[in-house]
Amino acid sequence: MAADLDLDALLSDEGKHVIACCGSGGVGKTTTAAALALRAAERHGRRTVVLTIDPAHRLAQSLGMKALDNTPRPVEGLEGGSLDAMMLDMKRTFDDVVASHTSPDRAAEIFANPFYQAVSSTFSGTQEYMAMEKLGQLRASERWDLIVLDTPPSRSALDFLDAPARLARFLDGRVIRLLSASTPGSRRSMLSLMGASAAVFTRVFNKILGGHLLTDVAEFTASLEDTFGGFRKRAEATFRVLQDDQTSFLVVATPEPAAINEAVYFSRRLTEERMPLDGMIMNRLTPVGASLSAERALGAAATLEEDDPRDPVAAVLRAHADTAQRRAAEQRVADRYSAACPDIPQVRLATLGSEVVDLAGLRRFGAAAAGS
Amino acid sequence: MSATAPPLPRLHVVTGKGGTGKTTVAASLALALAGPGRRVLLVEVEGRQGIAPLFDAAPLPYAERHLAAGLDGGEVFGQAVDADEALLDYLTMFYKLGSAGRALRKFGAIDFATTIAPGLRDILLTGKLKEAVSRTESGRMVYDAVVLDAPPTGRIVKFLNVTVESGRLAKTGPIGRHSRSVSRLLHSSLTAVHLVTTPAAMPVQETVDAHRELLAADLPVGHVVLNKTAGAEAVDITAERLREGLRRTGLPSDEALVTALLDEYGTRRAETEAIDSYRARLGTLGRPISELAILPEGVDLSGLYRLARDLRGGLGAPGGAAEGDDPGGDDRGR
Repeated sequence: MAADLDLDALLSDEGKHVIACCGSGGVGKTTTAAALALRAAERHGRRTVVLTIDPAHRLAQSLGMKALDNTPRPVEGLEGGSLDAMMLDMKRTFDDVVASHTSPDRAAEIFANPFYQAVSSTFSGTQEYMAMEKLGQLRASERWDLIVLDTPPSRSALDFLDAPARLARFLDGRVIRLLSASTPGSRRSMLSLMGASAAVFTRVFNKILGGHLLTDVAEFTASLEDTFGGFRKRAEATFRVLQDDQTSFLVVATPEPAAINEAVYFSRRLTEERMPLDGMIMNRLTPVGASLSAERALGAAATLEEDDPRDPVAAVLRAHADTAQRRAAEQRVADRYSAACPDIPQVRLATLGSEVVDLAGLRRFGAAAAGS
Repeated sequence: MSATAPPLPRLHVVTGKGGTGKTTVAASLALALAGPGRRVLLVEVEGRQGIAPLFDAAPLPYAERHLAAGLDGGEVFGQAVDADEALLDYLTMFYKLGSAGRALRKFGAIDFATTIAPGLRDILLTGKLKEAVSRTESGRMVYDAVVLDAPPTGRIVKFLNVTVESGRLAKTGPIGRHSRSVSRLLHSSLTAVHLVTTPAAMPVQETVDAHRELLAADLPVGHVVLNKTAGAEAVDITAERLREGLRRTGLPSDEALVTALLDEYGTRRAETEAIDSYRARLGTLGRPISELAILPEGVDLSGLYRLARDLRGGLGAPGGAAEGDDPGGDDRGR
């Protein structure tokens, strides 16, 4: 089994400014991020902000806030320290980026473009890109010692790393250049070297997508290119921030095969990309208190039931056997991660008695995670 | 078709909060629906390859492949739909592209189109589903039912409703036309969106939210599946009684063990009571509820069949009693 993850050491490390909690959907990333942020603020006196992206407003519930908007708001009811929380508003972040980089007239033009409206609110990858953008803004403000980041509920944890680059590549790529070059209404020349093949391309896609869409896309990207000086550069800059050792990645998983596989892929990928992966948090193991094997408990229950099929002691023993079997099956699944990533420190957390829905719950969660 | 009995759903969309076990439920449902002589297609669209490991099978290809025998003699086929491949399919279908399609792909155009065009990816994926649902061969439906392991509740409405949006954006062209026909299927009673939840506060809340959003988008909701239920029989037990019983069966009966066992039992009883309250909350949605008990040893292939048997009475036969009297109602093409 891998070494134990020392979360208190990580949270109090003044060299760390960003902690990103990653993992597939439903493993408790948001709760983990909020609990770590709370502990960093209360226990380690770090000025902390937690950035969450989940649209289900779960962190808002956990932090007892009615609405998390696109600006960090102080969390009330702390036992010392300073903690702000915010929820990413993808569309508003995108609008802000556009507004701050162009003239009001041009911005209005972009906002009115139907394609921009679609991209800024629905495009898969926009959310991830905007999370990076927001992270960059928070860091630049230097208001906080530590930013704890909850990553978007992607279909795959890898999307968080890939999507921004993908979006940048498309808004900056050669296909879009061709489009801009071959769509009527654009300021680009139709006589470019690629003109002929681009015309064929455009014809096919006009047929598939319908003409309006391509024109909208071309106009949109033309306006962006003028004002942004390249999406790709911005995405790359944020990506580099994630690579330096001021950042710490934590992989979150539950002991289920799909979540573990995802965690393993993600960990390998982080290692390949030289991203600082500092640990794995295994959430939601079934808590077992009694040290009695499931087999012995079942055997004894069967003996008792021979005399009295409704023996209450047998019911208690069967409940324990069931619990112990569940835990054993979970451990086997969890061990797959240890086998695949033996160098990554881990912490395994049993499910707390009640669900984490308030600051007290987050505090208990944080204490359990830190092993105290 | 009589006015009183709407057609049975043929497209089963299984969604739920991440981690609630929607892939497992989708797979069990496919097995349950594959009764004697029936063929069911189980589809995933998120590139996660979550289905294959459940069946101890190699990763699913884009082409439909036989996956398992259903309950009582039917057949389950599996497929992992990929948007890029689906786009090439459409190009070939509508434009007889052939090798030009490969050239487009090399050029990055396929990747471009599926990524940049808003929702095109989802349009293609839902389009493939519609094709599978309505495909006929020698005058009969190829699949009696199609089960989709769908995106999670947070994105399900956007996913299913993308064709409404695209019908608006792509006013002309095959995508526009196609969008509108897919949209008709997804909003009809041939489709049922099933919501999977576990007995915990947040998944139940998301289920209630998703139910409301689905109704608002006029999408047909099917069953609620309360998954991974656990609990313990209610008995009266005291420390003395427990200690005595442990002693009688030759088990250790020290104070620590007695306390720990009582604690665990208390937790399990609390779980049982919590399930009652979640069941009541979900009951207010007015949808049939199917329950699946947690399998202590984890879900393997035989566990999947066990879950399928549990589903068969309810979700596996979505028409309930109506199933028996008019099985032909959904394949008029025969």
